[in-house]
Amino acid sequence: MNELKPRQAPETIDETLDLLAGADYVADRSLATVLFLSLRMKRPLFLEGEAGVGKTEIAKVLAQSLGRRLIRLQCYEGLDVSSAVYEWNYAAQMIEIRMEEAAGKVDRRDMEKNVFSERYLIRRPVLDALTGKAGAAPVLLIDELDRTDEAFEAFLLEILSDFQVTVPELGTIKAEEPPIVVITTNRTREIHDALKRRCLYHWVDYPDAARELEIVSRKVPEANKRLSAEVVSFIQKLRQIELFKVPGVAETIDWASALTELDKVALDPETVSDTIGVLLKYQDDIARIEQGEGRRILKEVKAELSAAAE
Amino acid sequence: MALPVAANPDGRIADNIVYFARTLRKAGMRVGPASVKDAIEAVLAAGIGSRDDFYWTLHAVLVSRREDHATFDEAFRLFWKSRELIEKMLAMFSPVAPDRRERQKPRPAESRVGDALFEGHRRQQPAEDTPEIEMDARFTVSGNELLRGKDFAQMTAAELSEAKQAISRLKLPFDTVRTRRFKADPGGRRVDPRAMMRLASRTGGELILPRFRSPREVHPPLVVLADISGSMSQYTRIFLHFLHALTEKRRRVHTFVFGTRLTNLTRQMRHRDPDEALAECSAAVKDWSGGTRIGDTLAEFNRLWSRRVLGQGAVVLLITDGLERDDTTGLSREMERLQKSCRRLIWLNPLLRFDGFEARARGVKAMLPHVDEFRTVHNLNALADLCGSLDRSASRNVDPRLWLEARAA
Repeated sequence: MNELKPRQAPETIDETLDLLAGADYVADRSLATVLFLSLRMKRPLFLEGEAGVGKTEIAKVLAQSLGRRLIRLQCYEGLDVSSAVYEWNYAAQMIEIRMEEAAGKVDRRDMEKNVFSERYLIRRPVLDALTGKAGAAPVLLIDELDRTDEAFEAFLLEILSDFQVTVPELGTIKAEEPPIVVITTNRTREIHDALKRRCLYHWVDYPDAARELEIVSRKVPEANKRLSAEVVSFIQKLRQIELFKVPGVAETIDWASALTELDKVALDPETVSDTIGVLLKYQDDIARIEQGEGRRILKEVKAELSAAAE
Repeated sequence: MALPVAANPDGRIADNIVYFARTLRKAGMRVGPASVKDAIEAVLAAGIGSRDDFYWTLHAVLVSRREDHATFDEAFRLFWKSRELIEKMLAMFSPVAPDRRERQKPRPAESRVGDALFEGHRRQQPAEDTPEIEMDARFTVSGNELLRGKDFAQMTAAELSEAKQAISRLKLPFDTVRTRRFKADPGGRRVDPRAMMRLASRTGGELILPRFRSPREVHPPLVVLADISGSMSQYTRIFLHFLHALTEKRRRVHTFVFGTRLTNLTRQMRHRDPDEALAECSAAVKDWSGGTRIGDTLAEFNRLWSRRVLGQGAVVLLITDGLERDDTTGLSREMERLQKSCRRLIWLNPLLRFDGFEARARGVKAMLPHVDEFRTVHNLNALADLCGSLDRSASRNVDPRLWLEARAA
């Protein structure tokens, strides 16, 4: 692992924008503002939005550009304290007890202190995130919080408001400097208001055409200019019609790179129908686009782009 | 761009933020004193630069649900834009010239925010006499949209206690799911090392006794889709009471009603008092006792809500008579999708008052193949009847194929 050089958090909103742009993340000003505030006020950032709009990416970019360690906690149903915060190394504790017995020590309090000492504490992501040095606090990404159940959410309350964890046998562990916390959810379930209140909330929306074009040109630099414009315009139009799952930015990037790999320089109906699986993941949606709606959108895209070129 | 100026702590901006937060609260957003403090801190931290930055600074702190964005947007526009505010003020205080300009399309949440801002001043305005236009909107064909209000008789004390009893006795089919969390259980089959260590340390390590645990079981989320169209109207009151009692008892119940459109009543149902809850429901729903569009509303549910509420093994309870006049091919497809995205789909049909029911109606035929359980109510006069038919110990066979086979034979 290469050495990290921690940088200080940005001082203004413009600096925040530059920081993100420097790491090839094209953010709009609203996102930069909320990110700046969360860094400044040391509050967790709560990002909600459809799948594939770059929520997780923000945490990665933040860790990379600020030179901090990224600690990722992927949530799943049944996630509990022993896999998210800490766990005791029971086997080693057992051996410790037997060793002390063999050595003939009998003082009960001593033994308890030895058995429940930091030596036998296994640090899981959350506890790990609370051990950052001043000026180099890690980025803690709590990804897809909606996948866990309410019980775990309640547990996060102490961590997010006071940045501390209470281990009954050991006492309270408090962070020297609070970690930079980014929470993401896909809204498969409503998150409780108590948790949201402790965070700064932001809804990450699909980007507009200009910003999406910029994203494509940064992420897929080898893509042809005309192709990128057509891809972005096609997807922007797809988002207008009522699909079961509209494509996100991640799909745009995938599609642009897929078409580039196929040496395409412009969209045509056959290519669209051959590669539509990159964009749409539900059979109903695919059938609908292949039944002519795709051709109609493509025609509109071509017409608009040629009108704009003149 | 000009550099943001550090906010002057003696200025009026803090007062204005407090007033602004109060406006938001009146417009129905949940903005507590803590978030007002945060908002002031945030503005101090960000400094006052462009209007946009100021907007997003306040937005970051004061908005915590996506639904509130429109309200915030409108309130911000009204509150922090002096020119338009003056116009509004003028209109408000001049008694002679009520604003008769052709209105543009009303922005979402505009009326609520406007009411919150100018609360109390409306009275002084002369009542604007608008010509009354009467329209007879009764249609005979169901499927056409017919918007109506509805009043429910209040719940009597006897009904209330009866309802509570019936609900507490009710055991829904497939009503527990095993989680990956554990609880201490002497008869459990898994070793609980943490409890063992704690116990061992108490005796100084002389005794390490085994402790056991077993997986915890919880109620899965319950999503109720209830038909409130004309043909179901006599039962509406009963199942709204049922849903209210259920919401109170269990943690995760989502309630949707549909006639010609789909309405989410989950938040309204959380009201403690059943009469208030029903009054709020009544206000929220626009299509009481109108026509039915089961296929379209299910499609809307599948597209917009299923991924938000059907997670974690949800059970769906669909209360409808299945009388659909529209094209039933779409209905069949949407039912299939609904069944595939939930853990169990239970259809409760209150129209089966006589035993000679056959799956004859087209809507019923389209829906039956895609449900896991088909339950019927022969006599729905009270909530207890509803609970009785939903109870898992109900002896009748609930397999939907029986009805289809009876039809084929």
